[in-house]
Amino acid sequence: MTLIADMLVIGAGIVGAACADALAQAGLRVIVIEKSEVGGGATAAGMGHLVVMNDSPAELALTRYSLHLWREFTAQMPLLHEYSNCGTLWIAADDDEYQAAQAKASNLQNAGIRCEMLDEQALYDSEPHLRAGLRGALLVNGDALVYPPKSARLLLESAQRLGAVVLSGEVRSLCKNGVRLGNGDVVSAGHVVVANGLAAKQLLPELPLRAKKGHLAITDRYPGMVRHQLVELAYIKNAHARCGDSISFNVQPRPTGQLLIGSSRQFDIADNKIDHGMMSNMLSRAVEYLPGLQKLNVLRCWTGLRAATPDGLPLIGEHPFLPRVSLAVGHEGLGITTSLATAQILRAQILGKASPLPLDIYSPSRFSLNEAAYA
Amino acid sequence: MMLRADVLVVGAGPAGLAAALAASEAGGSVIVIDDNPISGGQIWRSGLSQQHDVRARRLHEKLSLAANVRILQGARIIGMLDAHLLQIETSDSTSSIYFDRLILATGARERLLPFPGWTLPGVTGAGGLQALVKGGYPIAGKRVVVAGSGPLLLATAASLRSRGAKIVLIAEQTSMRRVMRFASALRHWPGKLIQAMQLRVQSLPSRYLPSSFVLEARGKDCLQQVSLRTSKGLKLVDCDFLACGYGLLPNLELARMLGCQTVGEAVSVDRFQRSSITHIFCAGEITGIAGVDSALIQGRIAGLAATERLTDAEVLFNERDRWHSFASLLAQAFSLRPELARLCREDTIVCRCEDVCYGELMQYDNWRGAKLQTRCGMGACQGRICGTATQHLFGWTTESSRPPLSPARIESLIATKAASSLAD
Amino acid sequence: MPEMLRVIVNGKPVLVQAGTTVIAALGEGAWVTRRSVRGTERGPLCGMGICQECRVCIDGVMHRLACQTACHEGMHIETVKATP
Repeated sequence: MTLIADMLVIGAGIVGAACADALAQAGLRVIVIEKSEVGGGATAAGMGHLVVMNDSPAELALTRYSLHLWREFTAQMPLLHEYSNCGTLWIAADDDEYQAAQAKASNLQNAGIRCEMLDEQALYDSEPHLRAGLRGALLVNGDALVYPPKSARLLLESAQRLGAVVLSGEVRSLCKNGVRLGNGDVVSAGHVVVANGLAAKQLLPELPLRAKKGHLAITDRYPGMVRHQLVELAYIKNAHARCGDSISFNVQPRPTGQLLIGSSRQFDIADNKIDHGMMSNMLSRAVEYLPGLQKLNVLRCWTGLRAATPDGLPLIGEHPFLPRVSLAVGHEGLGITTSLATAQILRAQILGKASPLPLDIYSPSRFSLNEAAYA
Repeated sequence: MMLRADVLVVGAGPAGLAAALAASEAGGSVIVIDDNPISGGQIWRSGLSQQHDVRARRLHEKLSLAANVRILQGARIIGMLDAHLLQIETSDSTSSIYFDRLILATGARERLLPFPGWTLPGVTGAGGLQALVKGGYPIAGKRVVVAGSGPLLLATAASLRSRGAKIVLIAEQTSMRRVMRFASALRHWPGKLIQAMQLRVQSLPSRYLPSSFVLEARGKDCLQQVSLRTSKGLKLVDCDFLACGYGLLPNLELARMLGCQTVGEAVSVDRFQRSSITHIFCAGEITGIAGVDSALIQGRIAGLAATERLTDAEVLFNERDRWHSFASLLAQAFSLRPELARLCREDTIVCRCEDVCYGELMQYDNWRGAKLQTRCGMGACQGRICGTATQHLFGWTTESSRPPLSPARIESLIATKAASSLAD
Repeated sequence: MPEMLRVIVNGKPVLVQAGTTVIAALGEGAWVTRRSVRGTERGPLCGMGICQECRVCIDGVMHRLACQTACHEGMHIETVKATP
């Protein structure tokens, strides 16, 4: 069987679905190839936290723009995405962290992002279950959460309404005019967008992607215990570490009243088995900030694999040496947040139109990829 | 806390207790864990020493005298830390148990199928209501409709009646012809309980209605009325309780999590009750629904085999093997009619934990996709009820269980690290 | 004479026989345990610790299974009816 399209998107996770929708909206004929469930990979494993991160100007620009797109996207039907404007509280445990939070606040405010500092009193008024002795927090009001598998499906359905076709299948290799599937079929397309996360390395071994495994746990319903997404400031450092295991306090109140507990990072482990030690450490950290968590029931534990690049920014744009192949991978822990911006940047780059953000910062060519590794 | 046993038995029903006793005779240490407040499983739920069945009383006596057997009630398994180490949780503590041999006797649960109104307070399983009443629930004077399928309905009705309930009717979905054939085939299996079953079936109460099934449960805030389809048409019945269950299913979550091979809805075992994993034995309903007599003898064989007394175990093979075909007789006689998969309306809840309706699920063609999008199966029961329901309604197969095996406190999961490092 | 225990159900003292499960202590005609996601009242279904419908608050700890917990002297039991 040979199918023909303008654009072929590999992967119907949040990033692939967003790209498919953006490309379909530009009037292109799009085929999406998904090997399993829509939004069933890393998209389903993460927290769905929509968060502005400002560790670099590039990251700030990307997340800020993307959050703006999310607000527009969810505005009409927030319930369908299980969208909740919970905001993020970056917790400062001591004076040093409080100062760091203040610096962060300035930086965000200069970029036009609404946020405010909470002193001790205000923090405990906001979140009475936090342990005593904390110094305060930075509240980023516009941060939110969604349930990503639903959002991915909504994006894909939007693309389908514009004529995009979704195929079930696994891409084995890229070939001259498109891709070859596991069953031998060739799907031809003018252009291929690789948006299947870590699995992209199997198609393109030269890509600078490393697995960063994360553990999560979700509790039964305990409504009202936590109101904002609570994150310790050290999360930022851990997210950008280039090696080593790390855990950070990161708890999200789902609209259901369940608490979603993260975060952990381990490099280069590609299996999905639960590491009891990591889970234990992560939960211990959570209990340090929220002592009341101890008696709560966990319903389920799971892991997910983030795809990380050396500089912590995704690869968005044309492949350095393969013609008519674009990449939209390597989002580490910000895949949900930056999916919508990724799609806009990618589309601009492919169509040669004005991009909302500078292309070179996210361009895959910023790394010198080993052409020989591909051959 | 870390405990140690030569043989660990999971489940203190007939199979587990028989296995524990047999294993204890070898002199090594035996620990039995069970999630109920007292031993006995489902069939002996009101306490071993209270049972008419002398085998229950005998087991109780002998196990109380066995100094090398320790029974932990109110204990649930969280997960496996290692091939010979598992973690349990009670209401106020967590422990790990190191064992040499493991015997799984996790028993069975009812097949609970959705129908309009099944979520009303007052609608329970058939064995479910029996269990609740055995736990002390006052049923005297209450009007009960017993429905579903299988000999359990008659046992339930008898049990409830003996505690003062008014059995309004018993609706069995299978035909009278099949029920009678089942009853007459029972003569091939001598045994007190089988005789009792036969007696009950042969002298069916006047309110026993074969070829009947529940269409809907109705009521304002709780159950008030049940509508049924019978061979004579529609029937509306006022009642306080509807005890409805469609046969039994093995509790396979632990066996599957451990990696034991299953065939259909049962764990595969060899003639020594050994699973596909050499140090894990299985006994009772998880090897196939075949009742208490089968469970007792399988348990004994598993206990003997787990403690290397293979010749003693072999002696029991003939008696055990007589029960193999009983299991298929049961399954055939009470096989479920297709209408039972078509009772739901679009607004009928299928996943009770997350309130996902039939109409929402209909759009998907597999469990995983449906689960991801609707959250069916992601609630507290982790798909135990709705997984069975969707398998029956749509033919979907669910995924293997992930830890924790049942909801576990965060403090217990934190203790896991220390527990697993103790093993190293 | 069987041993009797005193437990408190939704603020009201109740006398039950030793060995009675929490679900049975809720009393005749009253067996609503929790409220579902969409707010409908639920009671026990399976009676054996699987369906999770009988989750109640016992001695301040939420989501304990009433059908598998035996009463003890002085136990505080709260169902959804405690906060109507």
